[in-house]
Amino acid sequence: MRAFEYRAPTTLSEALKLLAEAKGEVRPLAGGTDLVPQVREGRKRPTMVLDVKRISELRRLEYDPGMGLRLGAAVSCSVIASHPQVRRYFPALAQACALVGSIQIQNRATVGGNICNASPSADTVPPLLCLDARAFIAGGRGQREVALESFFRGPGRTILARDELLVEVVVPPPPKFSAASYMRFIPRSEMDIAVAGVASLVVLDGGRQCQEARIALAAVAPQPSRAPEAEAALQGRPLDAKALEEAGELAAKMAKPITDIRGGAEYRRELVKVLTRRTLEQCLEALKRGPR
Amino acid sequence: MKQPLTFTLNGEERVLYVDTRATLLEAVRDYLGLTGTKEGCGNGNCGACTVWLDGEPAYSCLVLAVEAQGARVMTVEGLAEGGRLDPLQRALIEEGGLQCGFCTPGLLMMARSFLDRHRRPTEREIRGAIAGNLCRCTGYDKIVRAIQRAARGQTPPQAEG
Repeated sequence: MRAFEYRAPTTLSEALKLLAEAKGEVRPLAGGTDLVPQVREGRKRPTMVLDVKRISELRRLEYDPGMGLRLGAAVSCSVIASHPQVRRYFPALAQACALVGSIQIQNRATVGGNICNASPSADTVPPLLCLDARAFIAGGRGQREVALESFFRGPGRTILARDELLVEVVVPPPPKFSAASYMRFIPRSEMDIAVAGVASLVVLDGGRQCQEARIALAAVAPQPSRAPEAEAALQGRPLDAKALEEAGELAAKMAKPITDIRGGAEYRRELVKVLTRRTLEQCLEALKRGPR
Repeated sequence: MKQPLTFTLNGEERVLYVDTRATLLEAVRDYLGLTGTKEGCGNGNCGACTVWLDGEPAYSCLVLAVEAQGARVMTVEGLAEGGRLDPLQRALIEEGGLQCGFCTPGLLMMARSFLDRHRRPTEREIRGAIAGNLCRCTGYDKIVRAIQRAARGQTPPQAEG
């Protein structure tokens, strides 16, 4: 393991300055549950590790009924999963945060790190994609914001430039009469990485028909993404068994899974079909219990 | 590259000069000689290295020592007070909740923290809480019984202040 400098700035401007002036490779460190083993096993060889956990902008977790949820990149999954307003307005996100690793992992791991690590199987990403989350990025040349879906470029690759940091993710308030759900399949009951994951969000209109559906897939393509064809197939329809089945088939058709140690491509496609149907069913169940 | 590090370990302030590459696990074991905390997998799967970092269970093999600057760290050595074992330690002995003992220190730190937050847990909750602590000897049943025994000895929720 190569020696590296460790810095833990307390302000965003200090962090951006360190990034801009660094000669070698800088790796931002949030929870460390991905980065520390990557560095120790030599898969990443930074010359500087930039701990972002002491920067207040990255530690923020606030809900505002107008703006929605501001989720700082260095907030831990435990804090998110137990936050009363996250649980109330974004239960699928709370659910996903409580699925990441074990309690020990959730106490350190962050949604910002889960996003920036850009694993195709990141559990916290599909619910955020369904919730139309936006990523706020700061860098040497100012700030920019992008839809979270366009943040990813492939396994382990993001749009972040060398001098940029993910500051926060902003999730707009959930649509009225909507519910969301995230499910993943793993062979064990805990402590595993998704073979496939699907998040769905359903918005019903007054007549109990589907006004809008959003479906996001994980672990079945180089990067997590929405499944627009499956979403479009549900719009304006009553969500009966046939509609759900069709959406599952369209989502499976859109998936581009690979065969690896966790599962075969065909198996993963089948999982997408089943999980799409089940998450949609869960949304309908939640809406029956009491639409927001 | 070395860097100074000040943190509280089991209630005592410690000052170290550590390699930035060292994990918190290495700081505790190799720099400070507290070998109760174990390294199993070294990559965040087995839970043998679980300690409390600012009161929350964490895998010390996934934390850089320098990240603990100013933090409170508690290891298994801090559980027994004045030579008296924690009730959970006694329950593990009474139920035979260990064989080789390698997972025990990490398991104790996870389960103690869980019991502090859940006074009357269900078996399902207990099994969920220790999912990040692998034991290859007991098959978990005796560990679960020990945690249940320790929970029975706790103040019930309604009596909490």
